[in-house]
Amino acid sequence: MIPLSYYMILSAIVFITGVVGVLIRRNIIMLLLSIELMLNATNINFVAFSHYLDNVAGQVFVFFTLTVAAAEVAVGLAIIIALHRVKATMNVEELNLMKW
Amino acid sequence: MATLSFFYFGTIIVLCAVLVVALRNPVQSVIALLVMLFHVAGLFVTLHAEFLAAVQLIVYAGAILVLYLFVLMILNLQRDDAYQRQVMLGLGIGLLALAEVVVLISTAALPDEPVNGRTAPGGAVEALVGNTEAVGTALYTTYLFPFEVASLVLLVAMVGAILMAKKGIMGPEEKESK
Repeated sequence: MIPLSYYMILSAIVFITGVVGVLIRRNIIMLLLSIELMLNATNINFVAFSHYLDNVAGQVFVFFTLTVAAAEVAVGLAIIIALHRVKATMNVEELNLMKW
Repeated sequence: MATLSFFYFGTIIVLCAVLVVALRNPVQSVIALLVMLFHVAGLFVTLHAEFLAAVQLIVYAGAILVLYLFVLMILNLQRDDAYQRQVMLGLGIGLLALAEVVVLISTAALPDEPVNGRTAPGGAVEALVGNTEAVGTALYTTYLFPFEVASLVLLVAMVGAILMAKKGIMGPEEKESK
């Protein structure tokens, strides 16, 4: 049987890959994809804990994570489309309309 | 067998996660994320969360990634996509955080095998009925209120997305005055 820590380390690797993606990418859609990576890493953690602690609550929380992910994608992509209409770029370094 | 499947799924998941971040072309990144989501669903099956594996495939792979692909094709991105200047800094911070998490996890007292006999919600139920019934029972009894709040979150997101993506709802004069 695989120890629980293996799942946690797998989830940590995926999560930190997402963090690095947010830090190093310039395309705003890639930032949203990196956030999806992070949400999936937490899902792996939730399901692994749900299995190892014999508690179905972890799987219920994955549902809420999925809801938030769907809402985030819908609103995020709508913002990107609205932004693209104002300024035809996807580069986060050029999106500085609200920079003070 | 369980070890083999875990290492297979884990290797592909890590590989595809790195590809999602590293590939220059956004469409290729989305495809890599798709492969990763399929393998995460496989990992869920090995963890006896069969219903969640199906939901993962339907919602993530079926809906969310297709939405990404649609937006990528509508916006018609060129692959002008270089990395940020602080690539080395980002990688360094990531490796540092990863090392810290690995140390924390390896020193923590985590169970090596599933603990049984807990009278948690769904714990005893799941032995009698399937995974779907156990999740549904917990979702509609203990977590009924968060479930309703989730529907409200979806409603607000839907209204917000339509409002922001709809053309000309701000009025043309507002755009010109900017």
